[in-house]
Amino acid sequence: MPEPESLSIPSVAAPPVGASSFTGRLGPWLAVLPIALITAVPVLVVLSALAHPDQTIWEHLWKHVLPELLVNTAWLVLGVGLGVTLLGVSLAWLTAVCDYPGRRFFAWALLLPLALPAYVTAFVWLGLFDFTGPVATWLRESFGILKPPPVRSRSGVILVMTLALYPYVYLTSRAAFLGQGRRLMEAAQSLGQSRWHAFLKVALPMARPGIVAGLLLAVMETLADFGTVSVFNYNTFTTAIYKAWFSLFSLPAASQLASMLIFFVFVVALLEYQTRASASYAASSRAAAAPSRIALKGWQAGLALAWSALVFGLAFVMPVWQILDWALNVFEQDFDARYLDFAWHSLLLAGLGALLVGTLALVLGYAQRLHPTSAMRVAARLSTLGYALPGAVLAVGIFIPVAWLDNQLIERLGLEGQVLGGTLAVMLLAYCARFLAVSFGPVDAGLGRISKSIDEAAQSLGVVGARRLWRVHLPMLRVPLLTAAALTFVDVMKELPITLMTRPFGWDTLAVRVFEMTSEGEWERAALPAAAIAIVGLLPVFMLIRHADHAHT
Amino acid sequence: MKMLSKLLAVLAVPTLLAMPPTASAAEVVVYSARNEQLIKPLFDAYTRETGVEVKFVTDKEGPLMARLKAEGKNTPADLFLTVDAGNLWQAAQEGLLRPVNSTALKANIPAHLRDPDNEWFGLSVRARTVVFNRNRVKPGELSTYEDLADPKWKGRLCLRTSKKVYNQSLVAMMIWEHGEDQTEQIVRGWVRNLATDPFPDDTKALEAVAAGLCDATLVNTYYFGRLMEKKPNLPLAVFWPNQSLKSRDAGVHVNVSGAGVTRHAKHEKEAVRLLEWLSSDKAQNLYADENMEYPANPRVKWDARVTSWGSFKQNLINVAEAGKLQAKAVMLMDRAGYR
Repeated sequence: MPEPESLSIPSVAAPPVGASSFTGRLGPWLAVLPIALITAVPVLVVLSALAHPDQTIWEHLWKHVLPELLVNTAWLVLGVGLGVTLLGVSLAWLTAVCDYPGRRFFAWALLLPLALPAYVTAFVWLGLFDFTGPVATWLRESFGILKPPPVRSRSGVILVMTLALYPYVYLTSRAAFLGQGRRLMEAAQSLGQSRWHAFLKVALPMARPGIVAGLLLAVMETLADFGTVSVFNYNTFTTAIYKAWFSLFSLPAASQLASMLIFFVFVVALLEYQTRASASYAASSRAAAAPSRIALKGWQAGLALAWSALVFGLAFVMPVWQILDWALNVFEQDFDARYLDFAWHSLLLAGLGALLVGTLALVLGYAQRLHPTSAMRVAARLSTLGYALPGAVLAVGIFIPVAWLDNQLIERLGLEGQVLGGTLAVMLLAYCARFLAVSFGPVDAGLGRISKSIDEAAQSLGVVGARRLWRVHLPMLRVPLLTAAALTFVDVMKELPITLMTRPFGWDTLAVRVFEMTSEGEWERAALPAAAIAIVGLLPVFMLIRHADHAHT
Repeated sequence: MKMLSKLLAVLAVPTLLAMPPTASAAEVVVYSARNEQLIKPLFDAYTRETGVEVKFVTDKEGPLMARLKAEGKNTPADLFLTVDAGNLWQAAQEGLLRPVNSTALKANIPAHLRDPDNEWFGLSVRARTVVFNRNRVKPGELSTYEDLADPKWKGRLCLRTSKKVYNQSLVAMMIWEHGEDQTEQIVRGWVRNLATDPFPDDTKALEAVAAGLCDATLVNTYYFGRLMEKKPNLPLAVFWPNQSLKSRDAGVHVNVSGAGVTRHAKHEKEAVRLLEWLSSDKAQNLYADENMEYPANPRVKWDARVTSWGSFKQNLINVAEAGKLQAKAVMLMDRAGYR
């Protein structure tokens, strides 16, 4: 009997063949095309709706809905974009390069808001600060302030989404600052630049790919968000998409609107890449190995501490305190043994999802490094578009081809019942289509920080192809890869529409529990699964920071 | 290699779960937009009683319908369960359901709560009514939905967002009664009377009325029931609008949660039997009471909490009309600036 392993050994254990084809012209494409297809197929399904415009719905939306929504969306993207950059970059700089009391704690604590589903946080804010909430009531009863600043407003949404999304920028720009090393700053200062100047002129521009990677993620998530904005009844472009689908019963019109979103994000991403394509962001390895932090003293240290504490308090402590309070209220009523299953399913999906998505992102980024052609660039950007689509629209885009394949199998091969639908494999592929952007951003930025001269040095020593990736690049990519995996992990934990649509019968996750409660407006009962997501989602965040700091301190 | 085979084993586990069981025990598969904690107790009871296994999966109604459509004639689903007549009407419209000829269902469910073509059946009634602040509204001030557009309510009204289907079907019914022009005037009047921007859900609107931010709002009664159970001392009370027999007003606006057998059901008989059971005396209380809704079957006694809000005359126009007019209602509310 032939051993099953023996079949696959040649392809793994034959580096010369693998190496030459990988560095060849065709090799990278063989790897990149299938990955790009995972996203391209559902996106094309969505785009195909463009062929059948619905006249009445478009006229109505154009006249009565879109003008307001486009303005709202522009403000939201602008506000959140500025907000997350300000919070993310400043905090990343403080914890990565400076030293001040509490720095070690805040380095990882400032990531924690990632583990909270943003729409749950939004509901907490509404509960606490709206007219009927405890804060407004207290202001009213103690001070006679009748009209507190309204939380259900444009600035309210921007604030809450900024607090929910800044960790993306924090994480990616922190990796950038850590990667460029502090000796860069010392060099700039020794050339007579003030510290502030050195930051603005040297460190910040060098970190740009990292910052932009996080910013793009935050902006895409803002554009695709429906849950958070609907808690505030703040109508954005996504509102129109769901209005067309759920209220006007036109999935084609919804898909057409979503297509506009895809085009917009694609163009922005390409433009951004174009403007930095010629520059190099690599720091030499000697600069990266520098040890000393900038020690903040006196009022500077106090300010750094206060700023970190303020953001951490508003973005994490306050919502978690409220969520735990609610969760404890319903614990006895709702908690049962099934929660172990829910948590296990969430962990399994998020773990495998992070592994798979992270690996694909690495392949994509590496292929692009070996072959920096514009075709490759477009393919890479295409693969990351799934993140900019509203989740439910993408879920349908994924489901339609899967169901089609299943139907072919059933009819052509006479199979009984579905083969693909309701399997983990389809769920994981769907997560790839959704979350490749989340992994690709950090990995791409990380690869950009590795100097090309290192590749050449490795080559001259005869270390090429897969071995070069394994022996030379992977160790240098540890932080970006862990960043990518951790981000994907928590995002899969929180993901709803794809999970709902593709999960097997009776195979619920913690996020599905949140949905069951919120779909009938029982937000306080949703706190229990939300708290569980936060607790389980914190695992990778802890691991990430431990590894990242080991690598750099 | 070992890791790979382990991984493959993990990937395959749910695949096996999704496979049809080899010993073909009687089962029925449900796609449900009504959430798990409301339907699971019912299905468990049904399985205990009949031995028939009920497999179900929950999601929002839009994705579920897209799913049924994509799966076509190979769908595993036998029954589609959802809230709101608009969604049921849409499912029938898209050819996702099949007519069911059942004397039991016709006897149990009043004509205005089921599809004229028998493709779907209401199983519980949700009444959308006025709730007001007892300290701030004089008895006699309230009369109809339409009257809330009167300038005397300026700055006293709170509403939930027009994006919620409950408000869409209420306005759709008003279009059926008054026509588009007059309804648009009424909705514009509501918007003028708003004390604050529309709320994301009924509970928030109720809390605003209780806090005195406004005096009255429109909600489904079970949200009122839920809130009062948590905070019994709130100064809130239910008012049943459009009850005057003299006027042509038709009564309180009601909607349903309900179900229909899918066009390509593999277990049609089992699906019809489950549907009949859900409409029967024994299941109706379990179905409605869990969420403080009204049983659709008029012979079934209401839950004590629900009874305490008083009885009312309901609008007898077939709830399917709300589905037909829903798109018009949504566009009308957009035009009137009701967000």
